[in-house]
Formats: sequence, C-alpha cells, structure tokens
Amino acid sequence: MRWLRRNAVVIAGLLTLAYLILPNVIVMVFSFNKPNGRFNYEWQRFSTDAWSDPCGVADLCGSLGLSLQIAVWATIGATVLGTLIAFALARYRFRARSSVNTLIFLPMAMPEVVMAASLATLFLNMGIQFGFWTILIAHIMFCLSFVVTAVKARVMSMDPRLEQAAQDLYASPTQTFLKVTLPIAAPGIAAGALLSFALSFDDFIITNFNAGSTVTFPMFVWGSAQRGTPVQINVIGTAMFLIAVLCVLGGQLFTGRRKRS
Amino acid sequence: MTDLATTDSSGGDVRLTGISKTYGSFTAVQPLDLTVPAGSFFALLGASGCGKTTTLRMIAGLEEPTTGTVELAGKDVTALPPYKRPVNTVFQNYALFPHLDIYENVAFGLRRRGVRSVKKQVEEMLDLVQLGPLARRKPQQLSGGQQQRVAVARALINHPQVLLLDEPLGALDLKLRRQMQLELKRIQTEVGITFVHVTHDQEEAMTMADTVAVMNGGRVEQLGAPADLYENPGTTFVANFLGTSNLITAEIAETGGEHLLLTAGDAKLRLPAARCSASSARTGEKVLAGVRPEKVALAHADDAGSIPEGANRLPGRIKDASFIGVSTQYVIETPGAGELAVYEQNIERDGRLVPGAEVVLHWNPAHTFGLSADQDIAAGADVDEEAA
Amino acid sequence: MSAATEAPPEPAPAPVLEVRKPPVRKRLVPYWLLLPGILWLLVFFAAPLVYQASTSIQTGSLEEGFKVTWHFATYWDALGEYWPQFVRSVLFAAVATLLCLVLGYPLAYLIAFKAGRWRNVVMILVIAPFFTSFLIRTLAWKTILADSGPVVSALNSLHFLDVTSAIGLTEGTRVLATPLAVVCGLTYNFLPFMILPLYTCLERIDPRLHEAAGDLYAKPVTTFRKVTFPLSMPGVVAGTLLTFIPAAGDYINAELLGSTDQKMIGNVIQSQFLRVLDYPTAAALSFILMAAILAMVTLYIRKAGTEDLV
Repeated sequence: MRWLRRNAVVIAGLLTLAYLILPNVIVMVFSFNKPNGRFNYEWQRFSTDAWSDPCGVADLCGSLGLSLQIAVWATIGATVLGTLIAFALARYRFRARSSVNTLIFLPMAMPEVVMAASLATLFLNMGIQFGFWTILIAHIMFCLSFVVTAVKARVMSMDPRLEQAAQDLYASPTQTFLKVTLPIAAPGIAAGALLSFALSFDDFIITNFNAGSTVTFPMFVWGSAQRGTPVQINVIGTAMFLIAVLCVLGGQLFTGRRKRS
Repeated sequence: MTDLATTDSSGGDVRLTGISKTYGSFTAVQPLDLTVPAGSFFALLGASGCGKTTTLRMIAGLEEPTTGTVELAGKDVTALPPYKRPVNTVFQNYALFPHLDIYENVAFGLRRRGVRSVKKQVEEMLDLVQLGPLARRKPQQLSGGQQQRVAVARALINHPQVLLLDEPLGALDLKLRRQMQLELKRIQTEVGITFVHVTHDQEEAMTMADTVAVMNGGRVEQLGAPADLYENPGTTFVANFLGTSNLITAEIAETGGEHLLLTAGDAKLRLPAARCSASSARTGEKVLAGVRPEKVALAHADDAGSIPEGANRLPGRIKDASFIGVSTQYVIETPGAGELAVYEQNIERDGRLVPGAEVVLHWNPAHTFGLSADQDIAAGADVDEEAA
Repeated sequence: MSAATEAPPEPAPAPVLEVRKPPVRKRLVPYWLLLPGILWLLVFFAAPLVYQASTSIQTGSLEEGFKVTWHFATYWDALGEYWPQFVRSVLFAAVATLLCLVLGYPLAYLIAFKAGRWRNVVMILVIAPFFTSFLIRTLAWKTILADSGPVVSALNSLHFLDVTSAIGLTEGTRVLATPLAVVCGLTYNFLPFMILPLYTCLERIDPRLHEAAGDLYAKPVTTFRKVTFPLSMPGVVAGTLLTFIPAAGDYINAELLGSTDQKMIGNVIQSQFLRVLDYPTAAALSFILMAAILAMVTLYIRKAGTEDLV
C-alpha cells in the first residue's frame, strides 16, 4: 500500500501513456485483420493481405502521394517565410513589432474551422478554382506561425556576441550568416519544419473546406469512414508510425554515439 | 579581404580622436582623445556603465562612433567594418562558437581570410595555450579557464595589430583569475602585440597594464602608469576607486615654501605643495588631504612621545579592528577628520591596540596628496566591484 | 559604411564632431524580412476574416448571389437555432480540457522528474502517435469502445455505465454515440497539446527546489501544492489554451464517435458551409464562435495572470 502511494505519480503517468498508445496498438493489430464486410472495426481473422498489397484500394495511394507532395511544399514555404519573420522579430527593433506578434499569434489561437470557412469564402468570392493550390496556400498559412515561434525562440536564446565574434574574425556579413547564425539556428528551423510537415500532412478541417474535389490522405480516410474502411488505411497508419519511431531512434543513436566519441 | 591592413606581429598604435557615442539622448562616451602606444599593455578601468566597453567596441568596429575617428598604425579605419580591421577581440564570456569544436574555433579567422593550410598554425597555437589534446572537444565541454584560453588563441592566431580584451577574466574564480593575469601578461610580452584590456577590477588593471586609463561617466578621469595613478590620484574618484584613500577636508593655513600647512579640526597637517592638484591653493581655501591607509602608522596614546619629529599626526580612538592575515585593518574615529582606515602589517602586534584604545595616527608628510575640495568626497568609493 | 564619404579628407587637428546615422538601407532590413510572410498572413488569414464578416451580414441565395444588406438578424437566428450546439461545444471542450490536465499532468511530471534515462523513450511514445493520421486513430476508438468489446463489457460489469447514464453521459449499455465517447475522443486527441507545454515548464524547475521545500518541513503533497504547481502555472495556462481552443471548434470526434445528439458547433458550421451552402449563417456562426473563444481566453489569461505566452 505504501509502495502504491509512493509510486502513485508514476502509475498515473504510465496509465496516461497507455491511453495515448492504445489506439496505435489497435491500428497496428487491425492492419492484420481480414474483416467481413466493408468496415474494419471488429476482429475476424489474421491475414497479411493488406500488407502485401497496400495500394490495393482505389485512390488510396494517389491521395497519400498528394498529401506528401503538399506537405513537402507547405513545409518549404512555411519554413522560408517563417524563418525570415523570426529573424526580423528576434534581431531587429521596429515600430510594428507588437502588431506583427499579434498577427503571428492569432492563427494559433483560432479554431481551425473558423480559418477554414473564412479562407474558403475568400476563394469562393474571388472565383478561384479549389484544388492543389488552394490547399497549399492554406497549409502554408497555418504552418507559418508555428515555424516563427520555433525559430524565434532559438534565435532569441542565441548570444549576439557570437555574430560579433565572427565579424571580428574576418567573416563578412554573408559568411557570418552562413557559418555562424544559420548553423546555430538550425535546430529551431528543423523543429519548425518538422512540425509544419506533420501539421500539413495530418490536416483535415482546413483541407476539407478548401480542397474542392481534390482528395488528400486524411480526406480519403474521412470518406472511407462513411463508405467503408479498407484495411490498407491501417497499414499506412502503422507504417507511418514505425517510420517515425525508427527515424527518431536512429537520430538518437547517432547523436548519442557522436557525443561519446 | 585583400584590403586588410598588413598583419605582421609587431603592434600598431591606436589613436582615438574626438571619439564619442550617444544612444538617443544617452551619452555612453563623451568626446575623448586617446593614444595607445604600439606594443603596450593598456587598460581601460572603470565601473559598469562608464563607457569603457563601448570605447573598446568602437576600436573593434562593432559600434559605430557618433563622432570622431579611429586610427590604427596611422591608418584611419573609422569607416571599416569589423571584418576588415586588423584587430581581434577576446569577448566577455568568450563567445566561442558552440557548433564548432576547439580546432575549428581557433581556425575560424584563418579560414575566413582564405588561408589554405591552417593545420600547423592551429596546432602551434593550441600548444601555446596548452590545449592540444582537447582540439576536438566542443566549447561547452571545457572548463571556464580552458574556454578563456581558447578565446585568446582564436584571436591571437590572426596576428592582429591590436588585441582587445573585454573583461576576459570576469567569469573565472579568484585563483584562476590571478593565474590567467600572469599568463596573459607573459603572452603579451612574448608576442609584442598591443593589448587593450577593459576591466572593472582595479587590481587586475594594475597587475597587468603598463598604462591605465580610469574612466567614469563616459570620460577618462586620469591616465598613467599604475604606480603613478595610485600614488598621485588626480581626483577623488581615482583616489577611492583605485584602492582605498583617507580623504580629510582641511583648510589651508599657510602657503609658500615646500609644504602647505593645513588645519583639520585641531590637527595641523603638512602637504607637499608639488603634490597638491587643486587648481588654486591660497590661504583660507579648502582642500582634501589624502593619505593611503597602509602609509599610516598607529601608536598607542601612551607612546605618543616616540613619534618622529615632523610627522603628520591625528589623535583618535580605535573603533574596529579586523585581522586579515598579512595585515590588520583598523577603523579609527578621529575628532577632526571623521573615520579613517589604517592597515598595519602584522610584524610585531601591539596587544594594546584593541577597539576602544586611544591612539595617535602618524605618517610621513611626503605621503600626503592634495585634491580640490569642490568634488564629491565619496566618488568611486562604493562602486560594486562584481557588477560588470 | 557611408561614413567613409562623411569623414573629412584631411586630418583635422580639432575633434571631428560630425554625427553619423545608420544608412536608410540598413534600417529597412527588418521590413524586407517581414514582407513576404506577413503579406501571406494578411491576404490569406486577415483578409478572409474581413470577408467572412461581410458575408455574415449578407442575404440572398446561391442562384441570385449574395449582397451586403446589413442583415444582423442572421446572428440572432443562428444563435436561436444553434445555441444547444454552442453550449455543448463549450461544455465538451471544458470537460475534455480538465481531463487532459488531470491525465496529462502526471505524465508530464513523470517525464520531467522520474523518467531518468527513460525520458527520451517516453517522449518518443508521446509524440510518435502524431505520425499516424489522427483520423485513423480516432476510428480506432470505434473498435475500442465497440458495444460488444471488452472495454464496454468491463464497464458494464463494474456498473460504471449505470453511474454515467444516471448523469446523462451515456445511454443504456452503450458508450459509442454518447457524450462520453465524444469527450473521450476529444481528450485523447488533444492530450499531447497539454503534455508538451506542461513538460517544457516542469523541466525548467530546479529539482533542488523540491529538496529545499522538504528541508523546510513541507510534506511531498504540500511541496507539490505550494512549490511545483505554482511554478508550472505558465505550462498549465498554455496547455489548457492549446487544448480548449481546438477542442471547442472540433467536429471530427462528434462526427465519428457521436450521434446526431452530440453535434457540436463545428459540425453545424461545416454542414452549413459545405452541404446547405448557407454562407451567411456559416459566417455568422464562425464569428460567434471566434468572439466567444477570444472573450473566454482573454478572461482566462487575465485571471491566470500570465500574458507572456507567445
């Protein structure tokens, strides 16, 4: 009983962790299911059919490709624009500072459905055709603020004397930026980019309003929840999960080994 | 990089002409003229916010002067950006690049100037500062003293005409600081480069520098060799900031001859006329008579007869005594001159000199200096040494 | 740089008291850096909100087009018709936020102070689920909470569902298609948004403060109440905001895990906009939602006393 009380925090934390992980376990297990009928909600029997033919459902891999493509371009766009803003905010004093800060903060404090509906209203009124470009525009818009926040935090914590030291050691402004500022800000930029990619790839609400008839991967999943969920969805979800875990673990091992040597 | 001034290892002199810096309505540095002779070790000494770092940064090119010019070895460099000046800086807290290892930190300047083979030079420089085996470590894996040496090596490898040091020892503990002071002095003598050193630590400035400029409120208060500044302070700020001074408000009773005769309360003091820096010294005017605590001797009131003839004397009572080891520091309450400090070497301690004892302070009149009475008597006395 | 032209050509004996100013080109640098990104936000974030505002006071039909007629009645009509969904959204989001705090705090605390060398592993386990599309993971809850599944039978045999039915959270022996399922899904989906800011905040607390509190006669519970929790307030505020705001506007969980009786305001906006094509009503609802959330958040931040969230 005393042991229980002393470790109450650990037990509660682990239970929460289980709550977080459980759906992923279910997704993984059900990627080996062979359901009767169109929906993959009840366990029937073991099968590797879906794993051997992940693209076996019409439009699934097409939508996955489109989502990846949009995520890559949205990441590039948001990272470039957001990094520029972050540098301006972290390194310069100027008059519009607080209004810029508010404009950066608002998209993060706004329910997605509001942004989605207003942007769609704009496109409708402008008579712009919904599709790839409207989705990309929307994704860059909502990823931007997150990049600014991540990069700004990193640049703000950087000692300005490092750049002065570089200049003192004969580095021109361009060299200073490339050899000192950028490498030191890189982890922040990488974090912003990674977050952008994840947000863009997984976004449904804003995409749903601004996609027209174009179907991204989350929209495909949404549609299938109404029409019938193919097992391949679970295969893709599990694969993404495993790839992410392996990448992180690999990165950890790599940096760990470098530190030791 | 081709227009970089020649960087042979002989130092160049630094000449500041009418240089000043203002930020909005705040003046950090008043227009000042300063010449640092080639090959010298020059210290800018002052409390935080006195303008010493700003002056240094204007020499480095990191701060653009509001007025005036900077000349290095006879060449006007005011318009040159920092990366085109033959000057290198050891920054406060070192500013080592955290993403580069020690080797690449030291090689940084050479690489930027397009030097192809840096290996030999970098290794030699790392050996000079005894960091050879740590070449592949990252800065954050080094101790404070090691980081400091990397910062010096990173600057010196470029053979600058002038090396600027901005509080380079501020982050080190006392013992290491003493050690590095000697180390830096040794390096300077060896390489012969002009060093300009900014510090708030008067002991550090006096130990290392050939010439010290004491700065206060954006101005140079006094400039000279350390011993000269200490013995002949020109202002109350210098008298109080460099060590401790007893300053006594006195009235001139008699002029003419080698000594001025002063009265402070009932006591009569003599001040060498040549050591009085007050602009006018006429009978009836006030002056501040100063004497360093270690130059004053204490005699118990019973022994007053044994004090040599012609010494300045003041009667008083011991208020406090603290034993320091090499010396004992007394605070003496005097009727005419307020509280005075006396440092006595612990050679033969007189057991009667305890708080409450009646004593007579006495010193050779030649050790007395005179300052103009129209300034704050306590200026520079209570400056927090740790605030940098 | 331009100083070169201002410096006198000949050595002047007197101090040169010429004042230099930074060149205009240099002062414009921050504005050039800001320009593209800010323009993007102005055109695709701020302008649409203005458009939305004008749409909300338009009348007309899809065939004849919409015109601004200052028809504010849309707001009253929308509120009158959809106030239950509004109330439900706020209520569900508030309960989910509270649950996130209660569930997330121990885990954040565990990662910050107790995990030791397992810290990175636990962190990965918190973040990794993000990479499986949240729609797929939400669908997994359909399996977990299935009527004949082990979870529901266990809850039934413990008579847990009798209790929740009594307070209106569930109906009968089901969990799916009840408020409980929707709140459960909302809690699950936004839990990481609570854990991460809490963790960043807790991680900065010096563990020696715990020892100091213990040294000063505080029991572990008192230490937590008087030291740890107050110091983690910025994390709590950030976490609750990051959870509440998206939860209040969410419609995925209500759609996938609830029934028509659990529709939230997000569902209404979505169907008005994408199915009914009643743009003024959708716009008015969006604005009411935005205004309500902004008002609540401002009030909350005032109360919590931290404004340095960005």
